[in-house]
Amino acid sequence: MDRILAQLPRFLSADNLVLLAEAAGMTLALTAVGCGIGFGLAFLLVYLRQSPGRWALPLRLLCIAYVEVFRRIPFLVVTYLVLFFIQAVASNASLFTIAVVAICIHATAYTAEIVRGGLESVPRQQIEAAQAMNIGRLRTTVLIVLPQAWPVIVPPAIAYAVSFIKDTSLVSQIGVFELTFRAKELNNQGFSGILAYGAIALVYFVISFPLSLLGQHLEKRLATSRAERRARRLRRA
Amino acid sequence: MPHLELRDVRAGYGALEVLRGVSLAVDRGEVVALVGPSGSGKSTVLRVLMGLTPLSAGQVSIDGRPVDFRSRGELRALRDRMAIVFQQYNLFQNMTVMGNVTLAPLRIKRWPRAEVEAEARALLAKVGLAGREDAYPDELSGGQQQRVAIARALALRPEILLLDEVTSALDPELVNEVLDTIRTLAAEGMTMLIVSHEMGFVREIADRVVMMDAGEVIEAGPPAEILDNPRTERARRFFGKVLRH
Ligand SMILES: Nc1ncnc2c1ncn2[C@@H]1O[C@H](COP(=O)(O)OP(=O)(O)O)[C@@H](O)[C@H]1O
Ligand SMILES: [Mg+2]
Repeated sequence: MDRILAQLPRFLSADNLVLLAEAAGMTLALTAVGCGIGFGLAFLLVYLRQSPGRWALPLRLLCIAYVEVFRRIPFLVVTYLVLFFIQAVASNASLFTIAVVAICIHATAYTAEIVRGGLESVPRQQIEAAQAMNIGRLRTTVLIVLPQAWPVIVPPAIAYAVSFIKDTSLVSQIGVFELTFRAKELNNQGFSGILAYGAIALVYFVISFPLSLLGQHLEKRLATSRAERRARRLRRA
Repeated sequence: MPHLELRDVRAGYGALEVLRGVSLAVDRGEVVALVGPSGSGKSTVLRVLMGLTPLSAGQVSIDGRPVDFRSRGELRALRDRMAIVFQQYNLFQNMTVMGNVTLAPLRIKRWPRAEVEAEARALLAKVGLAGREDAYPDELSGGQQQRVAIARALALRPEILLLDEVTSALDPELVNEVLDTIRTLAAEGMTMLIVSHEMGFVREIADRVVMMDAGEVIEAGPPAEILDNPRTERARRFFGKVLRH
């Protein structure tokens, strides 16, 4: 305990704090870019999975297989696979790129189920009405299904991304300069492990907590937007 | 030559066979009422015509030409000429009344916006919904939603109109307005196949009545004949029940 207190001033030096902030920025960037792209790919995956017709059967099976396989492989294993695979084909790829690709692969598989649940929550009858009017599948998805699926998709997708902030610590294993890697380094430099890991624990909490509050706020807003619109109109009338 | 014809059409959902060889024909400009007990397959007939439920046997012809529902092009052409008002209205919940009515005319038919919007307003006024253009479906009563669905179908200027229980949710005073609209359309030469269980409405509007039971056509003929002197026991039992209440 005395050692920790003695180390504290040096630990809180400007240099260290900047490095910690940079590492936190890296953690956030990994999550945002990886989950963002993964989320987009999840839409594409679900859209392809819903392709109608017999010719699209292999495509549908492929999409289902992707989701089922990658949901069952630990993220750390995916990360190593991506590392070795990418290094085999492009040895100059940055560790950041490798980590982002790994996160994308994982996030796509997980959020695909969220996206699918959202799209399927829209009553099929509306889609049939669109079909009867010759409105194509892409147009129907964009103009009719997505606007109604959004409130169902966004809250769990944000919750997933926020909880994934924690899991990005696994990419420290391949040497990406994010928070956990930073703590390991500080520990190696002689700082107390309690101090180093305690500090990043605090940082993880501080960046996650406001984001989950934001998610909850968004969830409430999405749920009430129609009701509010109605109230506004009644007030105007 | 009939405008619209079904010959020995069989269709169902999965293992359940709902239509067991249905044949019926509608001439150009004719109004045919499809009646029968609930579950007899009336809505399924309309779904087959719209290409929403595949037929397992038989044939649908338009102007004497058989339709291949598996051909995208033919299905598109068919849906371009035909419009449907669903029993459950099936309005797009994320769009206003105006959005629902103008979506396909603007985006699919690509008609000029000013013309489409003017026609939409006129149609909405005709079905008693003037001033509700900016409302959302969940702000409307069932009867109002049904009338939006009618306006949405008419905005497509179909040659053939399929109506599924369109008077079921209407207030009694509006039944007459909708009836007038349908009569006008019939006079203008629109071909209509109307599912209804309101025999007063059927008698008023229909040139011919087709009665279905358990996926088959039991009787067909002019309203007076079918409604007042049904030949079969099944039809007598059905009309006895319907007309009593
Ligand atoms: N989407 C569906 N999936 C499975 N069965 C259905 C579906 N739609 C209708 N059915 C069944 O088909 C039969 C006929 O239904 P329907 O055509 O709606 O009859 P009607 O319009 O005459 O009441 C009913 O037994 C109904 O339960
Ligand atoms: Mg029905």
